[in-house]
Amino acid sequence: MKRELKIEAIRNGTVIDHIVAGQALNVLKILSIAGTSEAVVSVAMNVPSELAEAKDIVKVEDRELIADEVDKIALIAPNATINIIREYEVIEKHVVHLPDVITGIISCPNPDCISNTREPVTSKFVLHRIDPLQFRCHYCEGLVDSVIDYLLI
Amino acid sequence: MFTKREIISMKDFSQDEIDCILKKAQELEVYARGEKPSDLLSGKIMANLFFEPSTRTRLSFETAMKRLGGEVLNLGSEEASSISKGETLADTVRVISQYCDVLVLRHPKQGAARMAAEYSSVPIINAGDGAGHHPTQTLLDLYTIKRESRLNGISVAIVGDLKYGRTVHSLAYALALYDTRISLVSPEQLRIPDTIKSDLEGMGAEVFETSELSSVINDVDVLYITRIQRERFPDPAEYRKVAGSYRISVDLLNDVKDNLIIMHPLPRVTEIDVEVDSTKYAKYFKQTFYGVPIRMALLTMLMETDDEA
Repeated sequence: MKRELKIEAIRNGTVIDHIVAGQALNVLKILSIAGTSEAVVSVAMNVPSELAEAKDIVKVEDRELIADEVDKIALIAPNATINIIREYEVIEKHVVHLPDVITGIISCPNPDCISNTREPVTSKFVLHRIDPLQFRCHYCEGLVDSVIDYLLI
Repeated sequence: MFTKREIISMKDFSQDEIDCILKKAQELEVYARGEKPSDLLSGKIMANLFFEPSTRTRLSFETAMKRLGGEVLNLGSEEASSISKGETLADTVRVISQYCDVLVLRHPKQGAARMAAEYSSVPIINAGDGAGHHPTQTLLDLYTIKRESRLNGISVAIVGDLKYGRTVHSLAYALALYDTRISLVSPEQLRIPDTIKSDLEGMGAEVFETSELSSVINDVDVLYITRIQRERFPDPAEYRKVAGSYRISVDLLNDVKDNLIIMHPLPRVTEIDVEVDSTKYAKYFKQTFYGVPIRMALLTMLMETDDEA
């Protein structure tokens, strides 16, 4: 018996596949799509997958996300793939790459860091180590290793 | 060529850049001692912006600037705190940097100097950002070692609170750039964080950890003592035991290397007996003097860069 797709295929746009199960909404937040865009967005969570036990999928219609824009999600979905769709066909497929610098996405865990005051500072972190994933605060130089816990958005 | 616009953290410096600063400091030592007058920085103004109390750092910056013929604006902790009541540090820096040629900042928040540099129109020197960095202290420590011992191929013991003392971390990083064996001597609960230890080893430094000062004291060329803060210990009896075990007395120095130097960032409390002051090993008061030529070197180099920019 043919399994029915849980979300319809999209005609044009971007499909983000292989997101860590449970992280789809955070992916939307990082991409600033939720609530700020008029794009039609479909989200499937905890979808059975061959590669992992379960995964999340996000489909954004009529918008082709560019690499720089999407790489930020590697922070919480390191194995995600980006599929650009035109007329129901995948015309481009790529993986995400961890950015070397992230700004305004996570807050510094150090309460004494200048970025946690009322000063006009946007948080900025530099990639320190990939495995285990660690970022270093540009201001206080403290290390962050659980990025998900410090998402600003 | 020294091209820095700011002195924020030791991590920003290569060994070549450090060597360049130390060399410049040595050239300027004669002026630092007041043996010759200098007008190298005549017409230049340095602003001291201290949001926390400081005696030796502020005065030694002031001395450095005046010995080079420059002028100093002092915004003490009281004025600074009244400014900070209604104004962000970013705004204060934007304003004050228009009145001076270089700005020296001490602030309780970590990373304050890094942020200030983004808003300042003149070079910034970090004179301590809370528990963060204090690069001019590290540079004067290195300079003391260079002048009173040597920087390459020596064995250094750093003793005391290695967990929270981040100036100690900066010093350890800087020493790792040179061919140095580093012994880290601390009570079990105040050991250096693992991430820093692995960074040091990754840089090629030979690192040895112990809680027994007696196991290393007779083998080292430099003994760097820091204060252990009482408030780190919930139990006062435990504090007294630990503090007592790292107290340097004349008796402890019976079998040390002949060329040993003892350093301390000061102020000391009970870590070093006063009888040690008159031994040939004691260099901690000279160490505070060396802060002057180091700060002269930085001021000169930053403002030369500024002029050429």
